[in-house]
Amino acid sequence: MEIKKGIGVSPGVVISTAVVLDAEDVVIPRRNIEPDQVPAETERLGNAIAQSVVELTKLRDSTTAEHGKQIGQIFDFHLGVLRDRTLTNQILAEISQNNTTAEYAVSVVMRRQANRFLQMPNSYLAERVKDIHDQERRLLRSLVGNRRQDLAHLDQDVVVIAHDLLPSQTAALDRVHVRGFACDVGGATSHTAIVARAMGIPAVVGLGNLTGTVSGGDTVVIDGTRGVVIVNPDADQLVEYREFERKRSRLEVELSLLRDLPAETTDGHSISMQANIEFPSDIDDALRRGAQGIGLYRTEFLYLSQDHEPSEDEHYAAYAEALRRLEGRPLVLRTMDLGADKYTEKQAQNPERNPFLGERSIRMCLHDIPMFKRQLRAIMRASVLGDMRIMFPMISTLMELRQAKMVLNDVVEEMEDEGIPFRRDIPIGIMIEVPAAALMANQFAKEVNFFSIGTNDLVQYTLAVDRTNERVAGLFCPAHPAVLGLIRDVIRAGVRAGIGVSVCGEMAGEPLYTLLLLGLGLTTFSMNGPDVPEVKKIIRSTSTEHARNVARRVMTFDSERQVMHFLREETRKIVPEAF
Amino acid sequence: MPKALRNIIVQNSLGLHARPAMQFVDAANQFVSNITVIKGGAEPGEADGKSVMQMIILAAEQGTPLSIAAEGEDAEAAVAALAKLFEDKFGEE
Repeated sequence: MEIKKGIGVSPGVVISTAVVLDAEDVVIPRRNIEPDQVPAETERLGNAIAQSVVELTKLRDSTTAEHGKQIGQIFDFHLGVLRDRTLTNQILAEISQNNTTAEYAVSVVMRRQANRFLQMPNSYLAERVKDIHDQERRLLRSLVGNRRQDLAHLDQDVVVIAHDLLPSQTAALDRVHVRGFACDVGGATSHTAIVARAMGIPAVVGLGNLTGTVSGGDTVVIDGTRGVVIVNPDADQLVEYREFERKRSRLEVELSLLRDLPAETTDGHSISMQANIEFPSDIDDALRRGAQGIGLYRTEFLYLSQDHEPSEDEHYAAYAEALRRLEGRPLVLRTMDLGADKYTEKQAQNPERNPFLGERSIRMCLHDIPMFKRQLRAIMRASVLGDMRIMFPMISTLMELRQAKMVLNDVVEEMEDEGIPFRRDIPIGIMIEVPAAALMANQFAKEVNFFSIGTNDLVQYTLAVDRTNERVAGLFCPAHPAVLGLIRDVIRAGVRAGIGVSVCGEMAGEPLYTLLLLGLGLTTFSMNGPDVPEVKKIIRSTSTEHARNVARRVMTFDSERQVMHFLREETRKIVPEAF
Repeated sequence: MPKALRNIIVQNSLGLHARPAMQFVDAANQFVSNITVIKGGAEPGEADGKSVMQMIILAAEQGTPLSIAAEGEDAEAAVAALAKLFEDKFGEE
């Protein structure tokens, strides 16, 4: 049993079997075997060791020939580890005494050895841990095969343990069987956190060396509410957490009763509740939780879930499916927003020095017009199938917006020539996520049909905090008065120009900020599906007048701590069980 | 079963690190006898002389007193050969 403390980034509790992803994505999904399989597993282990010894011997000989005996000798030690009988005997004992698979036994024993090395005061030994991990991987590769085991097709519930989850990994996740995440690194707004909240499953990040502690097949408790991960919990903890799981699901049932009630303040103002999605298949769940439409469709996951750029038809198929599932409800489709923390394989090979300030999203699209046009054409083709709206991300200058609209015009003209139908008056909006755009909201409002405030990026650019860097992630706070001032001004600019304004960042789904955003005059909230019921509950418990008073008071504060403290108190007054 | 024991002191400057440990284990595996290396001093320990993992975790640095114990047909020859590796400082320097 081992308890690890990290940052809880998506609430809830899950008890399940661990799948550990290492840097090479070798997955050890299963641990137990029937006793009569022990001889077969023993033989697999023997073969894997023999194969690894052959590989290593070749590597040693070629290295020695090329770089000399001294360098080649490094592999002698590796060979020595693989041939070490006491080590092999431990692995064999693990297989036969605990009825485990060879890969599980290798992983357990090698990690145990690595930990012994780490505990030695001698720094030379601590360094050798890398050699042990290396041999563990070599054996696992030989046992599991070199194929990248994907998490797309699982046959049982699991929790995913990784150093960090890459968007390309989460894009292909089996959304039925993956029940939680725990990562070595990351902050509250890291990609893992966003995906976990969107899926409504618990996640804890910033756990240090968790991947070194857990072996695939271990039982793991992920407590996203308290930010705790327990590896191989004891009987008492299991009882406690099972109870916790039950309570949580009762609350879920209670909130689901809110689904069909309108999101209306006590004085009768109705608020539009929209959901953020990554895949068309997320729509049904969002609607089930009470969303009235999709306020943010993150289309970049189309690019991340496959190894080639999506074709026009692949784009079209996804958008058509989304509109079909929505049955006439609105769909705000954000054009591709890659770069920064979301990379394609190709981008990852050619990293920028400062990706958040680099060629991301709209900038990338405007540098690759043919690619941009493929997406826009698919959007326009699908536009006749439902209530489609286009949103451009990361706009920082009016020129960018105008260029993007020009490209869209080109696309539309071509379609006209070809006689392909499209919706002529499709609404066009922009994300407000760069302070420059927020400060110029009045000018932008004249040229678009709506704004959507992306608070995650707006906060990070305003406060100069990289939300994925765990060393400074603590400075990331939407309650900073500078951020709130920008949000207030953008909402005002929108109201004055008579265009729609929504908030689609994490802030919209956090009950703590509901009163404030309402009071600032926000009428459209777009959030992850699982957050809809809680936010709706707060909306239904207040009057616009009260919310306005709260907002007025908040805007007089000069620190984020004061803001958060006050909002927590005020929210508790109307919905005591909110926190 | 014949037994043999030899006490030595680690002399090479880097101590029993990966390469010498490998050399020792390779040599030990040439003999049928069971070989045990016992470490004295402030942090005592014991290792199977045929296991590189156990040998390296002894963390025997320069100046550490070690006992090489062998039990088996070729015990005497084994301790002699293994002790010689230490005397030769594993070919260092």
